[in-house]
Amino acid sequence: MLKQIFKISLMNLRNLPSRFGISSVVVVGIGGVVGVLVAILAMASGFESALASGASSDRVILLRDGSTDEMASSISQSEVALIGTLPGVAALSPELYTVVDVPKMDTGTYANLIARGVGTGAFEVRPEVEIVEGRNFVPGRTEIIAGVKAASEFRGLDVGSNVSLRDSTWQVVGHFEAAGSAYESEIWLDFPAALSAFRRNSATSLRIRLDSPAAFDELSQAIANDPRLQVQVISEPSFIEGQSATLRQVIRSFGYAVAVIMAIGALFAALNTMYTAVSTRTIEIATLRAIGFSSVPIVVSVMIEAVILAVLGGALGALFSYLFFNGFTVATLNPAAFSQVAFDFNVSTEIVYLGMTWAIVIGFFGGLLPAISAAYIPITSALRGE
Amino acid sequence: MAFIELTRVVKNYEKGSEVVHVLQDLNLTLHEGDFLALMGPSGSGKSTLLNLIGGIDQPTAGNVSVDGANLGNMSGSQLAKWRSATIGFVFQFYNLLPFLTAERNVELPLLLTNLRGSQRKENALTALRTVSLEDRAKHKPGELSGGQQQRVAIARAIVADPKILVCDEPTGDLDRQSAQEILALLETLNDRFGKTIIMVTHDPLAAEHAKTVLHLDKGVLVESEQAEVSA
Repeated sequence: MLKQIFKISLMNLRNLPSRFGISSVVVVGIGGVVGVLVAILAMASGFESALASGASSDRVILLRDGSTDEMASSISQSEVALIGTLPGVAALSPELYTVVDVPKMDTGTYANLIARGVGTGAFEVRPEVEIVEGRNFVPGRTEIIAGVKAASEFRGLDVGSNVSLRDSTWQVVGHFEAAGSAYESEIWLDFPAALSAFRRNSATSLRIRLDSPAAFDELSQAIANDPRLQVQVISEPSFIEGQSATLRQVIRSFGYAVAVIMAIGALFAALNTMYTAVSTRTIEIATLRAIGFSSVPIVVSVMIEAVILAVLGGALGALFSYLFFNGFTVATLNPAAFSQVAFDFNVSTEIVYLGMTWAIVIGFFGGLLPAISAAYIPITSALRGE
Repeated sequence: MAFIELTRVVKNYEKGSEVVHVLQDLNLTLHEGDFLALMGPSGSGKSTLLNLIGGIDQPTAGNVSVDGANLGNMSGSQLAKWRSATIGFVFQFYNLLPFLTAERNVELPLLLTNLRGSQRKENALTALRTVSLEDRAKHKPGELSGGQQQRVAIARAIVADPKILVCDEPTGDLDRQSAQEILALLETLNDRFGKTIIMVTHDPLAAEHAKTVLHLDKGVLVESEQAEVSA
């Protein structure tokens, strides 16, 4: 039986070039589905990476009690000073998180951009942040540095140019990278200068790098025990997880919904194409059966052909997505932060693996019914081409 | 002892709600080495009778026994195995696989055996030599004439050395010259190699090559002619 399966399958596969047209319909159809699925999942993966890549377990964010994000938080400067004296704090940066309108690079329409006033300890808190062009801002001056993704997504953020934020003009003096994290979609400026420019008198959050991740409990306890402090301590990974949850869920749900709809369409297309491919071989298959080949090897050989075509299609779709989308930068609104976050599509091995699995499932079920139909129709009917 | 024996064979088909009676209470006995031509108008049941003997169809009632095997008792896979060892099929439109060379087409039945590749190739070339087409071994069916294609089909039918050749209008798609060549070849296979041949044909000239001619009409054998039987 196995020998028959091997021999018929080999014969079928050798015959594939002579059925190039009908075979390529299956390959391209399944390739399209896998390509779209991989692209959508790569988008979700890129978004998650952008938000999660900056997370470090030895960093915490302090927000006003009851606040769920930086926009709705407020920490007074006296609280900042007090927290700086607590145990476990290795470095800290009081920060003013605000949103400004800046024209987008591609359309020129204004979109929200995060302007973050940071303390002098910001680079110590986030050692992954690195100036890649120009220099850092000088405290007290109306200077800003722009994340590399913000600089590519928004107009007027080239080093040396001036940008108008609210009622004041700021000079862009540098660009920074932050290990691909969402900070790269922000502009940073001096915290005291930001307070003055945006007419604020308190920080929205406080970023702290701990002596070690184990210091989290010690700091949390110290803050809880001090009645002068009305703040909550959140680890950075937890905070980012909460910030990205909504959009991540939207993208994933959308991705899978589109993929499922397309897969159903592709399944029927594959069924139809495989039926057509098999029907053109009805007499050929009946002849093989008359000669003495059994039905099971014929079913298996047609299935193998369908799955191989599906794998080819899946590989083609994944390759297409990789070549055209991997590393492709886009920006979207993060509803949790009311701001644009730029990220790169990330066609990972896991996503390609998932896409290939999807292709094999489509190929398997797309080939199953035509295979059974070809192998179990009465030989006498099949020989007449019925 | 009868080599092929059909006893009170009935074959009905259901066509919608209607039952079509194709063969009615048919009895037939053939001996090893016979060359039978089955004639009759369209729908008379010739091909159905051929298919029953070839083991690709089963009777509604009655018994079909070929070379000691009761085909009615066999499962689908048993029948497939039996066919591969006992029957060689020759079809009106040759039924060659268009993407395979003549040699590969002829080799097909040998894929069901345990022969090694080199032995299969040698046997396929021997079969092609028997039908005088060894020089066309590497040609695909599309590169051969109708007569040559049918000779390749006959080579495929005999390559596994079956005892019986079942031929469904083997000359129906050929010109007179090619038809004569095919019929002469079948005669040779019958005379020299002892193959039992059952051939369906509409052509009285083709039937003249058979040792026995049977006429079917509406599923019933109506007359028979005993041709000259060679020694």
